[in-house]
Amino acid sequence: MSRLPASHRHAVQFTLNGKPCSGEVEPRMLLTDFLRHQVGATGTHVGCEHGVCGACTIEIDGKLARACLTLTVQTDGCTVRTVEGLAPAPNRLGILQAAFKRNHALQCGFCTAGILMSLDHFLRENPAPSEEAVRDLLTGHLCRCTGYTPIMRAAMEAAAEMAGEVNREKSDA
Amino acid sequence: MKPAAFNYVRADNLDEVLDGLRREGGDARIIAGGQSLMPMLNMRLARPKTLIDIMRLPELARIEQKGGAVTVGAGVRQAALLAWPELGNALRLVAQALPWTGHVQTRSRGTVCGSIAHADPSAELPLVLCALGGAVHLRSAKRRRHVPARDFFAGMMATTREDDELIEAVSFPAGQTRCAFREVARRHGDFAIVACAAVATHKGVRLAVGGVADMPATREFPRLNAGGLDDALNAFAYELDARDDVHATARYRRDLVRLIGKDLIREVSP
Repeated sequence: MSRLPASHRHAVQFTLNGKPCSGEVEPRMLLTDFLRHQVGATGTHVGCEHGVCGACTIEIDGKLARACLTLTVQTDGCTVRTVEGLAPAPNRLGILQAAFKRNHALQCGFCTAGILMSLDHFLRENPAPSEEAVRDLLTGHLCRCTGYTPIMRAAMEAAAEMAGEVNREKSDA
Repeated sequence: MKPAAFNYVRADNLDEVLDGLRREGGDARIIAGGQSLMPMLNMRLARPKTLIDIMRLPELARIEQKGGAVTVGAGVRQAALLAWPELGNALRLVAQALPWTGHVQTRSRGTVCGSIAHADPSAELPLVLCALGGAVHLRSAKRRRHVPARDFFAGMMATTREDDELIEAVSFPAGQTRCAFREVARRHGDFAIVACAAVATHKGVRLAVGGVADMPATREFPRLNAGGLDDALNAFAYELDARDDVHATARYRRDLVRLIGKDLIREVSP
């Protein structure tokens, strides 16, 4: 059993986008605040802080999670992935990110980090999704700019392109 | 919106959990997936002195089917139950209702027992547990007890759990095939304005309604002619003591209870 007293800071360690990440936190420190204020990974956005808006959606141990509903101490030893882990290389966009750019699937960009994380996770598990399934996924996010139509378009285009790439790889081999 | 300070205990076995609850009682709260508790902490509606994390206990993460019931441990996430291959056959009503609980992004973390513990009046899992006549398995350092769902919920976000008790598991009676679920919400995944679940019984139909009264309400409807059913549903809708709020008026809620209730009762009646 580990008992972490409220008044002290405690060491935490986890893997963030493939690299080790560590710090010292009070038990009450939210993962959003740790990522943004201690690590400096400000790609994860903070909207409602009660799990409704979806802006802070990330992956913990391969599963989607709201970083604002996660205590940093809960992620000790876990594998965390944030929007900073999406681009394949510096100055290069991934397929999904490029589809968002092409389709104007973002305006202010506040909700985008969370939506990209949800879609990236979802498209890996559902390579040929129905529009209905993508819509259901997007109910977990609030976007106040786009009306969701361009986001849907970008998601379906990215899914098709990813499927195409898989086929190209097969034919190249 | 940041939580007030608390001690955090990462339990490695069940004795540590029960011992912590015995010593700290109402000052301690169990945290599992955190999808209900963390918003309460962030908004400082809950200010426990200690949080006891039970998610590193593999013995609580089990789904077991035996003796005509499915028992879901305190560590089972909603997504894990939804992905359980037997769900559709064993717990058809749960399979129908669970996709309405939160979103993909919260079901991946939130637990089944956590939703029961939170006892939100519009939540789907307490409603389904009541409709099926399930039970809550409580355990403290001193004793174990099984409480029927109808005796577990005590009001808005209130239950009959004692301060030193852990919800170790909940159990749902298995094998109901004639059952139906329907919900009206502003947005799929939001809390229900009205949610109804119906299960055929040997006497007629049991209808459970969430989102209207301050806890799930259950009523047995014997086989009635159309006029008799309308009257019985109307009386039930009024007894729930619906209130106006920002989402819907009391009158609209009563309307939904009458309409959805009738649809579901017809749907599951033989």
